[in-house]
Amino acid sequence: MVGITAYGGYVPRYRISRMTIIQNMAWYFPVIMAVAGGEKAIANWDEDAVSMAVAAAYDCMAGKDRKALDGLYLASTTLPFADRLNAGIVAAALNAPEEGLMAADFSACMKAGTTASMAAIQAVTSGEKQSVLVVASDQRRTKMATMFEMFYGDGAAALLFGSKDVIAEFKGSFSISCDFVDHYKGSGKDFDYGWEERWVRDEGYGKVIPEAIRGFFKKTGMTMADISKVVYPCYFTGTHRAIAKDLGIDPAKLQDNLHGVCGDTGTAHPLLMFAAAMEDAKPGDRLLLAGFGQGCDVLCFEVTDAIKKFKPAKGVRGCLATKVDFTNYLKFAKFRDLITADLGIRGEANPNSSLTVLWRKRRMILGFTGLKCTKCGTAQFPPMPVCVNPDCQSAGQFVDYEFADKPGRVEAFTGDLLSPSVDPPAVYGLVSFTGGGRAFLDFTDCDMNQVKVGMPITMTFRRRSRDSMRGFTGYFWKAVPKVEG
Amino acid sequence: MASGIRDKVAILGMGCSKFGERWNDSAEDLMVEAFTECIADAGIDKKEIQAAWLGVCFDEIHVGKSALAASTTLRLNNIAVTRVENFCASGTEAFRGAVYAVASGACDIALALGVEKLKDIGYGGLPEFSSAMGITNSMWFPNLTAPGGFAMLATGYAARYGLDIQEVKKAMAHISVKSHANGALNPKAHLRRAVTEDQVLMSPMIAFPLGLFDCCGVSDGAACAIVTTPEIAKSLGKKDIISVKALQIALSNGTELAYDWDGAHFLTTTKASTAAYAEAGIKDPRTEISMMEVHDCFSITELVTMEDLHISERGKAPKDIMDGFFDLDGTVPCQVDGGLKCFGHPIGASGLRMLYEMYLQFLGRAGQRQIKDPRYGLTHNLGGFPMLNICSIAILGRHGD
Repeated sequence: MVGITAYGGYVPRYRISRMTIIQNMAWYFPVIMAVAGGEKAIANWDEDAVSMAVAAAYDCMAGKDRKALDGLYLASTTLPFADRLNAGIVAAALNAPEEGLMAADFSACMKAGTTASMAAIQAVTSGEKQSVLVVASDQRRTKMATMFEMFYGDGAAALLFGSKDVIAEFKGSFSISCDFVDHYKGSGKDFDYGWEERWVRDEGYGKVIPEAIRGFFKKTGMTMADISKVVYPCYFTGTHRAIAKDLGIDPAKLQDNLHGVCGDTGTAHPLLMFAAAMEDAKPGDRLLLAGFGQGCDVLCFEVTDAIKKFKPAKGVRGCLATKVDFTNYLKFAKFRDLITADLGIRGEANPNSSLTVLWRKRRMILGFTGLKCTKCGTAQFPPMPVCVNPDCQSAGQFVDYEFADKPGRVEAFTGDLLSPSVDPPAVYGLVSFTGGGRAFLDFTDCDMNQVKVGMPITMTFRRRSRDSMRGFTGYFWKAVPKVEG
Repeated sequence: MASGIRDKVAILGMGCSKFGERWNDSAEDLMVEAFTECIADAGIDKKEIQAAWLGVCFDEIHVGKSALAASTTLRLNNIAVTRVENFCASGTEAFRGAVYAVASGACDIALALGVEKLKDIGYGGLPEFSSAMGITNSMWFPNLTAPGGFAMLATGYAARYGLDIQEVKKAMAHISVKSHANGALNPKAHLRRAVTEDQVLMSPMIAFPLGLFDCCGVSDGAACAIVTTPEIAKSLGKKDIISVKALQIALSNGTELAYDWDGAHFLTTTKASTAAYAEAGIKDPRTEISMMEVHDCFSITELVTMEDLHISERGKAPKDIMDGFFDLDGTVPCQVDGGLKCFGHPIGASGLRMLYEMYLQFLGRAGQRQIKDPRYGLTHNLGGFPMLNICSIAILGRHGD
């Protein structure tokens, strides 16, 4: 049996109400008032498609063996590197094995996530691969006062494919590929360029998705009666419903497009909606998953009994529930670099990230892997040649020790207003980990006023530097104090 | 068993420039200003200096690498000049080089010079040090500054002793008020205005919980010392011989950062002070030390340091501070010259500037700040950050006492 063995999702903590955007920008383009309802998820200033992909991957793989991965496909249209395997960064952050792993980026299309899923299924079905993780993630910058700004949210989702402990068996697929260009982003351009909405709705989503789903039924002999849940993206909520009506989908079987709570997360969205649907799925349920963009992919899965034994670490519902209202539109605009605000001379420092160091220390920097002394058992970070325990100090007798998934607590902290940051104060501090070890780390996703010594923390993979001169993005791990929930 | 440095080396002369925003002076001008006073005080010819040590931290923004800046500026006689750098302990490191050279018998007369020209970078605070921590650390270390690094100590201290952060801030404010009062009495100090506790508490936040008045001045300046043996000092006609009683340096080895640390004390200071008291023959520092210049880069640093110097008991520094124990008229006056807080903090010069104040006090030259009959004067530097640092401690006294 081939199919999904785990799923997970990630929605960033901050949500901006569409009314906030309207209050700030409707003077410029009143049409945005047409979609006034709800809120959208926005990535923190230190998040991007890669960091969110890592978060979704960890959510999916809690309790799963990351060392067993032999495929990792990353789908996104907002990858930080045009040439450097972005999936390779995700793999390193997961401490996936290097030998035997095929990592690949799937890009340039909103349905890249479903396409990557089909590629993963084919790899497992052929016996070529045992465990392939598909992660889809997007963090699309939009111009101010546009419909894209209203519709797009940020997020990521992950599906693990394999043939052991399958929780949703693959039941078939069908694809349409056609050069229908509802919007595009030219190489080197910052923003999407879109065509008239009425055409996109009626001739795009409204025709291509139904055609693909009907094509799937024709190919497999199934009918809508065989399906318990239908998942397809469409940020025009009216059109989303109209497609269902056209296909005869009972409204109860239609998976919510998350417009009201999250916004459309691009390549991640079909998978994110699917992960949300899986959280409610029962054995025997059949789910139809469609991805839209220059055509349409349709995949069908049947949920097995094994789903009872699986839960993502936090899941889509968990992420949606832990939210903070982001009320400052200008701050959001700064986070996306849409406005110019001075960072001061101190903020000009731009040390070159050393690629030799990054290679040598990749397990430490990307994987947040330290050491455990085999002589005294002390877990320690950063990895150094001699054990830090003063009563041990043995040299070179270590095994790798991953800190990324270890909980910890705040030992001391500050909120620093002198340090250049687009989200001052820069909060950082000393953290100790359950099971031993401590580290001096940047904090994120917290308001300094909420942080307390002794507060629990979890670790998150974040963008640490963005070198606009050279085009390099650096990553490391940050601590997230558990300020809510 | 090493016999230690006690009474083996005497200070022949000292000099210190005015500290401050010396917009129109270069590092070279500051070095000459301090050296001119120092050599006149020593009463020797420049050619009698046989070796020199230069302490500079941010060499890249003023003098450049190597000790050539000192040898060319002072036109030294093609002698050995060594540049030392150990963050904020750089000045004391330079002093240690000169003192050890004399103590070893390798030379009779040696110079220690510290200088820093910070006000050429275009922004306040210390120069940013993302690259100063090394290329690997620059790829993972937090986005920190000096005030942020030390501010953590305040949250750590409050948590360790179950104090409300406002209680700690009140003691911190007393520290700054005291140092401003002392600085106001010192014509060479950078900041010479007295402040009130309210002013300190209401000052703008720099790094929680440190406000602007919890942070020391960032200054330009230079200070230097010429050292020799007590015998040579006597032969040169010196009557009041001020000698080195102890000179200790301790460095973190990574345990605070990566093993076990309460976030509320300086491990290195605890160790260096214990060694320094043993070297100086001091049994009870709280009663034997007459005056101190400690590394008050931030008020919280001074507060915590009082415990690590074994002057205040653990958790009791705030009480001693509020009792006025460290005020100019207190039992152990601290930051008599205004401290880093008000005299200023040109990093490479600071250790020597502290020794300069002790030296003036012993010789009765401290003017309005003069302390009566000092016996032991302690100086202390803390370079780096609470969780990863260099501590230097020197103790001066009268030779033979």
